Amino acid sequence: MQISGAQMVIEALIAEEVEVIFGYPGGAIMNVYDEIYKQNKFQHILSRHEQAAVHSAEGYAKKSGKVGVSLITSGPGFTNAVTGLADAYMDSIPMVVISGQVPMSLIGTDAFQEIDAVGISRSCTKHNYLVTDAADLPRVMKEAFYIASTGRPGPVHIDIPKDVTAQIAEFNYPKNISLDTYKPTTKGNVRQIKKAIDAIEKASRPLLYLGGGIINANATEQVREFASMCGIPAVETFMGRGVMGDSNPLRIGMLGMHGNYASNMAISECDLVIGIGVRFDDRVTGKLSEFAKNADIIHVDIDPASISKLVNAHYPIVGDVKNVVTEFIALAKNKIKSEKYVPWLDSIAKLDKLHPLSYKEDSDRIKPQWVVERIGELLGDDANISTDVGQHQMWTAQFYPFSRPRQFMSSGGLGTMGYGFPAAIGVKRADPSRTSINITGDGSILMNIQELMTSVIYKLPVINVILNNNYLGMVRQWQTLFYDDRKSETVLEEQPDFKMVSEGFGGIGYRVTTKEEFDAALKDAIEKDVVAMIEVIVDRDENVMPMVPAGGSLFNMMLPSNSTEGSK
Amino acid sequence: MQDNLHVERRVISVIVKNEASVLSRITDLFSGRGYNIESLTVAPVPDSEYSRLTIATSGSVRVIEQITKQLHKLIPVLRVYEHTDLVEKEMAMIKFPLNESLSDIETLCNVYNGKIVNVGKDVVIAMVADEPHRIGFFLEAIKRFNPKEIVRGGTVALER
Ligand SMILES: Cc1cc2nc3c(=O)[nH]c(=O)nc-3n(C[C@H](O)[C@H](O)[C@H](O)COP(=O)(O)OP(=O)(O)OC[C@H]3O[C@@H](n4cnc5c(N)ncnc54)[C@H](O)[C@@H]3O)c2cc1C
Ligand SMILES: Cc1ncc(C[n+]2csc(CCOP(=O)(O)OP(=O)(O)O)c2C)c(N)n1
Ligand SMILES: [Mg+2]
Repeated sequence: MQISGAQMVIEALIAEEVEVIFGYPGGAIMNVYDEIYKQNKFQHILSRHEQAAVHSAEGYAKKSGKVGVSLITSGPGFTNAVTGLADAYMDSIPMVVISGQVPMSLIGTDAFQEIDAVGISRSCTKHNYLVTDAADLPRVMKEAFYIASTGRPGPVHIDIPKDVTAQIAEFNYPKNISLDTYKPTTKGNVRQIKKAIDAIEKASRPLLYLGGGIINANATEQVREFASMCGIPAVETFMGRGVMGDSNPLRIGMLGMHGNYASNMAISECDLVIGIGVRFDDRVTGKLSEFAKNADIIHVDIDPASISKLVNAHYPIVGDVKNVVTEFIALAKNKIKSEKYVPWLDSIAKLDKLHPLSYKEDSDRIKPQWVVERIGELLGDDANISTDVGQHQMWTAQFYPFSRPRQFMSSGGLGTMGYGFPAAIGVKRADPSRTSINITGDGSILMNIQELMTSVIYKLPVINVILNNNYLGMVRQWQTLFYDDRKSETVLEEQPDFKMVSEGFGGIGYRVTTKEEFDAALKDAIEKDVVAMIEVIVDRDENVMPMVPAGGSLFNMMLPSNSTEGSK
Repeated sequence: MQDNLHVERRVISVIVKNEASVLSRITDLFSGRGYNIESLTVAPVPDSEYSRLTIATSGSVRVIEQITKQLHKLIPVLRVYEHTDLVEKEMAMIKFPLNESLSDIETLCNVYNGKIVNVGKDVVIAMVADEPHRIGFFLEAIKRFNPKEIVRGGTVALER
């Protein structure tokens, strides 16, 4: 069939079974927007900023496991979206972002709203295309979805000049695809897997180190089964929160800069690390030469470049987590005796008793950690949780009782303030039956506050719980600890009335200073089912503990001064 | 991987799809990740839709391993060869003023697989083709003939 480039974009999205896209129109992409107007196969959500559109698509993708799609115009539309692309790239989120470009005849002339978009996106996408002929569009769209969602997922950017979206050409959407130059390895090498299982059998203090790759692979079940069958304890990364389920007795906690004491000590003392879908990020490892110093390392990852990048893997296994762990299970049956690791588990339990994750309650002021715990008690499994970036983000990772994968959406790799609210909107779109909560800070929430409008109009209510400490708290914490408490530009004295701001957009708001008020506000917000801001005035001097100073060794943690008291 | 900090020179061949901006994908990768490019040559592979890049680089064992893995990760890259046993050649062209001794220049060029290839009104152009380090010696040796311009072609290599 002979159709325009713009129609091809629509037809391809339909063929890919896309049900929603997030975007913002403008000159160079108008041909495509005209076709969006004419169709009713998928929904277009008009975010109020291109960065937010991409974050919403990320939240949707992370929650649903599908490819997130975003549509934007050239020049400033594209540059606004770059932060979102970079965020998706760092956290391996499958995305297709389509941007308009000035007509081919104007490329290179500093035309109105021209920017070298593929030049900019090259370093923050898995792949990108500048489409110069409409006849290439079916193939490019097919490849983009395929590349975004296979292997190590990531964002793919397609830049389409305006005249190409007007050009008529033959549309024949490819059914199958095979790229000579791109063939991810999904099945692990059998000999390597055997060797790894032998190493586990020989180890006396093995430790599972579990990350975001398991969630990408939808392999939580297999990993839980393997852990319990072998009786091996597990630590999760920030991106791996929810993999084990917090009630699982084998789960020790999160490791890394703000990991709990027992997790960081366990990885320092174990004799075998079984890393699955993790990338040895510096927030996790601390000082590399001291990381898991006594251990051999098994590393399962679909991306060969992730293996031995920072820490040498003795047993590298390239493959998809689900395949590899299924093989692990088959080989470990009757071979690995879980009783063997009981003394190891006991010693970890002792470590946890020594310095449990904790905070000190205060009768006058609400502790930020309490708010997170409380949401967990009241909603637990019934909520999906997003966060912004800062102290509130770390407290959420530490204190929310996650029970399942894809329950926690947060910007880990790029650490993008402003991610949480739009992401929570995408999450609500993907999983409408659950409450979508964005736990945020008084700094971060202002970085995409305009999404109140999107949330109201599309009836995608998000409850924003603002842990208001009148600080850019995480930076303030570093200033307190490492810069003699000189609070350079981190004190947020003047603040908007968040309740009024929310109401101004058609949402609701609360300002709470007591626990009772918080419970009431949360209950009310859930009932009213519109976008809400719950501003909670919290103890502003609280620090995120434990903390491994940047570049320090994991076993040298700063601990809360009250580490044996508190509620947890 | 704190071991193996010892920096080595390596020649890597990359077979890539002939498509727009594929070269910038490669050079951006090197600059973005802080890898070093000593020389880079590129030419189409005859009768195919691919080109061959020959990149001379240096780094620790860990860095070289990352370079090859990251190159392979680029979508249009078909194959990456990290050469250990290879024949490596480079070409250079040199412009001399005509008042220098042509026979001396010719003799020296011969030693490095070269000759005088052009004689103009007031300059001569010579070329040589040899191992890159030998090209270095040659360029040292011809200094006394007051070369006006030198171009080096960059390394090409084949596995033995
Ligand atoms: C303020 C702040 C503080 C932080 N502190 C901490 C901290 O204390 N602890 C912590 O853990 N993190 C912390 N982080 C997050 C940190 O920056 C990283 O984002 C995180 O540690 C990375 O998690 P991961 O190793 O699970 O890798 P991910 O980024 O989730 O990467 C997944 C890995 O799995 C692989 N993979 C993907 N799909 C598959 C598949 N199907 N099969 C096999 N492999 C696959 C990928 O190739 C990749 O290597 C912090 C972030 C911020 C902003
Ligand atoms: C876009 C962006 N700019 C700056 C930073 C650096 N940064 C990290 S945490 C933080 C403070 C966040 O403050 P707030 O949202 O109030 O959270 P809190 O730490 O107080 O809980 C800043 C400025 C960042 N991560 N992202
Ligand atoms: Mg704050």
